[in-house]
Amino acid sequence: MADEALFEYLHSELVAYAFKDCEKDKQASDLSTLEYIGFSSGYRIIERLTKEWPRFKDELDTMKFICTDFWSSINKKQIDNLRTNHQGVYVLQDNAFRFLTRLSTGRQYLELAPRYVAFTCGLIRGALSNLGINSMVTAEVQSMPACKFHIQVQRT
Amino acid sequence: MAVCVAIIGKDNSPKYISCLNPELELQFHYKVHTSLDVVEEKLTSVGKTTADVRELYLGLLYSTEEHKIFGYVTNTKIKFIIVVESSNTLLRDNEVRTMFRKLHGLYTDVVCNPFYIPGDVITSKNFDTTVRNMMTGNA
Repeated sequence: MADEALFEYLHSELVAYAFKDCEKDKQASDLSTLEYIGFSSGYRIIERLTKEWPRFKDELDTMKFICTDFWSSINKKQIDNLRTNHQGVYVLQDNAFRFLTRLSTGRQYLELAPRYVAFTCGLIRGALSNLGINSMVTAEVQSMPACKFHIQVQRT
Repeated sequence: MAVCVAIIGKDNSPKYISCLNPELELQFHYKVHTSLDVVEEKLTSVGKTTADVRELYLGLLYSTEEHKIFGYVTNTKIKFIIVVESSNTLLRDNEVRTMFRKLHGLYTDVVCNPFYIPGDVITSKNFDTTVRNMMTGNA
């Protein structure tokens, strides 16, 4: 239990650090720093997680891995719902997203939610990128602590 | 045990090549790179027949009079190549497999180093010495 708290505190400090300057200078908030930290973490983590794993069959197989094993090793639970249009758009729904459960259960602090999901967006993007899938990951929070991650796979 | 170990990146650029005899290094560069075609072939044929074992270890890629070349590809499309002398009959398939597994472990440690930029050539001294020990059979 203790190690989970460590990660949660570190993450909230990371968010606080990334927005320190914004608040001082009254600039519009910038999520790209957090997203990038997430990206490089995800890129490295996946190398270790897939070590004992058989080769993935296709894109859907990879997404399933993200929803189950990847998610549970980071958030201690699996994704609650995975949807896809089979054309490169995936929606991952987590009904109790780790970094939001402590904040509120409703619409309070909703305007701060993007800060707490940016890191995870990057994490997913980094993981997929190392597995050979270029994507764009965005998050949508309508009511805390539920969160939806939209993954748009970029095909060239 | 092995005479040459190579790590090839996603885009088929060499990340790390090390061999016991430095004079033959160029020859090994050629050998490793010609074997990449076989790796590619094996990977695409696996896609067609889904019943096939989707193991990371690809087994013997090809053998010449002097050398046998083994391959291994990770989920992140990093290729590991090990070259063994054909005269070395002591080294069985299982031993090669464990060597690859060890190599994969070492590689993930390198990638998890925050100062290493993924895609760069591997310059870690610690990694180099461990691989060299592995080749001579001391590890």
